[in-house]
Amino acid sequence: MSVEVRLPTLLRGHAEGRSTVSFPGSTVGEVLDALVTAYPGLAGQVLTDDGSLHRFVNVYLNDDDVRYLDRLDTKVNDGDTVSILPAVAGG
Amino acid sequence: MLELSATIHAQIVAHCLGGLPEEACGLLSGQLGGETVEGCYPARNAAASAKLYTVDPTDFVRADRHAQSHGLEIIGVFHSHTHTDAYPSPTDIAQAPDPAWHYVIVSLRQAEPSVRSYRIVEGTVTEEPVVQAADTGAEGRPQAAGPPGGRSGGAGR
Repeated sequence: MSVEVRLPTLLRGHAEGRSTVSFPGSTVGEVLDALVTAYPGLAGQVLTDDGSLHRFVNVYLNDDDVRYLDRLDTKVNDGDTVSILPAVAGG
Repeated sequence: MLELSATIHAQIVAHCLGGLPEEACGLLSGQLGGETVEGCYPARNAAASAKLYTVDPTDFVRADRHAQSHGLEIIGVFHSHTHTDAYPSPTDIAQAPDPAWHYVIVSLRQAEPSVRSYRIVEGTVTEEPVVQAADTGAEGRPQAAGPPGGRSGGAGR
């Protein structure tokens, strides 16, 4: 199955300027692995060296933050959208 | 330069005042690379703090989706400083997520709120003038941040 991945403006430069891309996978982690394989420049931006989610990004399955689902093991279905957005914080 | 209509300016200030005693935050939409704010998305402060803010991630994804459905992008963030001037704190500078964004800070230190805007690129802060744009009548949207703790809906998937 194929899932749409939406990229924030900040990361599009690593993906030929695209705002959305599609990759196969049955979990969020598989989709993100396919994404960073296709666009290696995104690797360190989205996932840490040990393969977990980078703390400076939030990843969503549709409207839900995957940290509150099963993180990278969250199952995806055809037609789902995975969105990556920066964590926005300050003081 | 950052252009804000009177309506959006008022929305930003109202959300910041409404968040007291904690900091308040929200997102701003416009054309990619643009200098005119076309939409304001008040968000929950997930940090629930008078000294820190974290834009609620769910509010962010909803704002992003809404903006994109109208051909816009999130081009900036606003937040309040409850007791300090409208200048980026070290935390604001260190955590600025996107060098293309506009960083609007509302100081509530004085009786009259002060709204200023900055660019933050690789740790370098540059203030930009905030100018008033004409109201188009299309700004903003109903506040749809949802009730506090509304995340529970995410558990049902």
